Amino acid sequence: MSRISKTIAGLQAQNKKVLIPYLVAGDPQKGLTVELMHTLVRAGAHIIELGIPFSDPSSDGTVIQLGAERALRQGTTLTDVLAMVSEFRRSDKQTPVVLMGYLNPIEIMGYEKFAAAAAAADVDGVLIVDLPAYECEELFSAVRPRGIDTIFLIAPTTTQERTAAICANSTGYLYYISLKGVTGAAIRDKSEIRDKIAHLRSETSLPIVVGFGIKDAESACEMAAISDGVIVGSALVEKIGLLPVQGPCSSAQLDEVVAVISSISEALQSLKN
Amino acid sequence: MRYTVSKSPSVDIVSGLDTSHSADQFSGPDLHGHFGRYGGAFVGETLVAAVEELDRVYQKLSKDPAFWAEYDKDLKHYVGRPSPLYFAERLTKRYGGAKIVLKREDLNHTGAHKINNTIGQALLAKFMGKPRIIAETGAGQHGVASATVAARLGLECHVYMGADDIKRQSANVYRMKLLGANVISVESGSRTLKDALNEALRDWATNVDNTYYIIGTAAGPHPYPMMVRDFQAIIGREARAQSLEEYGRLPDALVACVGGGSNAIGLFHPFLRDEGVAMYGAEAGGEGVETGRHAASLSAGRPGVLHGNRTYLMTDDAGQIIETHSVSAGLDYPGVGPEHAWLKDIGRVNYVPVTDLDALTAFRELTRLEGIIPALESSHAVACACKLAAGMSPDQFVVVNLSGRGDKDIHTVAAIDGITI
Ligand SMILES: Cc1ncc(COP(=O)(O)O)c(C=O)c1O
Repeated sequence: MSRISKTIAGLQAQNKKVLIPYLVAGDPQKGLTVELMHTLVRAGAHIIELGIPFSDPSSDGTVIQLGAERALRQGTTLTDVLAMVSEFRRSDKQTPVVLMGYLNPIEIMGYEKFAAAAAAADVDGVLIVDLPAYECEELFSAVRPRGIDTIFLIAPTTTQERTAAICANSTGYLYYISLKGVTGAAIRDKSEIRDKIAHLRSETSLPIVVGFGIKDAESACEMAAISDGVIVGSALVEKIGLLPVQGPCSSAQLDEVVAVISSISEALQSLKN
Repeated sequence: MRYTVSKSPSVDIVSGLDTSHSADQFSGPDLHGHFGRYGGAFVGETLVAAVEELDRVYQKLSKDPAFWAEYDKDLKHYVGRPSPLYFAERLTKRYGGAKIVLKREDLNHTGAHKINNTIGQALLAKFMGKPRIIAETGAGQHGVASATVAARLGLECHVYMGADDIKRQSANVYRMKLLGANVISVESGSRTLKDALNEALRDWATNVDNTYYIIGTAAGPHPYPMMVRDFQAIIGREARAQSLEEYGRLPDALVACVGGGSNAIGLFHPFLRDEGVAMYGAEAGGEGVETGRHAASLSAGRPGVLHGNRTYLMTDDAGQIIETHSVSAGLDYPGVGPEHAWLKDIGRVNYVPVTDLDALTAFRELTRLEGIIPALESSHAVACACKLAAGMSPDQFVVVNLSGRGDKDIHTVAAIDGITI
């Protein structure tokens, strides 16, 4: 069982919801990312989605675009991102780390080289936003044998036929996109999400987590109530954007940034399963 | 032998190019939009259903003669096709080699080849019942062509344009506004065409139910590269028939500028199986490929994935897209359509960089010698053709796609001359 599956199964056994923050690696300083990851774990994160910054994040809203721009101004590369995971692992052997990003940086590194480096860094999963299930075989056949989970997005627009193809290629968990749009937009139709997730349950036994548009304890609880957990991206990246782009940063400052995750974590604790 | 910039008439530039390909090799893409290893549909999950639906609709409509009849009718009565094939006699004399013949896409309604595509895609939007159109634009020509068809069909139109391009193509911005389009300034990234495309993709993902995205070039996720090519192939079909009619044979070479590659693939595609016809794609060499400040993704880039397709890109070792530079906004794009990537690899088309300086020289020469002010994009093709023709014999002829007129560029050229107008 992968670290991701074990983590989620453990939480489910205790009737708990999964909380997954997303941050962009290298934002706003390369040297802060690992510390931020540890701070997030202390704040209640169960899994961390670490964004690989890309110059053209066409599925992301303004907040995460700006996060990627900050990280790229620091010169953050995919090699750096993998090194950050290695460093994080030195003192945290439990929390799964999922790399989330766009295909081109991986394509340029080379699929084999990436898969080997990700395994060596002890990455737990990959989610490539612009790699649809139909095109995934070449990369994922390099990644899977190394025990790395392959995670896919499912959108409100995903057809029945594609849902089946995605489920067949997914391991770890399914990431359900709560809305039609980009990251950071606002959730409009809760009952539609509930229906879709109910339908997904009949297709797969994978855990289903909901992301895009979760900004606070209230929206997190609403989404967690109808799924296995939530992903919080823009709301965190917005706060990270307030940190200094150079110079020292106190642990009090980091705690303040992750307060949004702590408050969601607390709210989820009180949620009855 | 590859293209050389030598002006020596003894250099036989056209020979040696391998054009001995089997006929069915050019019938691509495959069902999933692949040209060899290029193309595909690399989009976020929210958009997958939209591109699949578009593919289905286009597969169906493109087999319907009534659809093409309507398209042809619009091209004839609204766009003003066929566009002439014009022998540029004085320009030819200036270079003393092969005849330089211009395919006059600049004479189309709205002043460029872009309208061929927007007419076709607007018919699709109408058929699909989408009331809202979005488009990205670099030089503004595709934005104008989109705003034009939207006005004609009474559709809402939003055009994304990089903030820097808005500055250098202000005349086209105003034209779009006059046509009733909403022009949205894109401030992210390098503030040019690629960022406008990102923003249009975000809009599409958000408004996917009621919105049709008219991509302006033969790039993006499948089916766009195929569809845009089909709509632009009217250029090559006409040029082929006109060549046979006026010169009694096919041209020795074709030249077109390559931004995303729509005017080039439109000219080239109907000739791909004609072994004796050499082809040259003129890319934006900017300040010179060796300076790194250019947009010659085929000549100097490498394969990667951006904007929904695998193709040649301007990308650094870390996989980030590099900022491009070109005097012409319409060529200032770090990618290129996937069919060109494939045509490069198999050696059917030569892709060559043309510098800003050479393009500007061609701009002035065509203006003074023929009384035709070309778009700066098209000037790249003219520059390439002049050098090519100079090395060929006078009984040969070269067809150059004059993809657009230069009215939109007079501010840019004036500024280079130190004149404010
Ligand atoms: C006149 C003209 N030619 C060429 C281009 C480049 O586009 P493509 O390579 O798709 O033909 C443009 C783009 O704006 C244009 O306006």
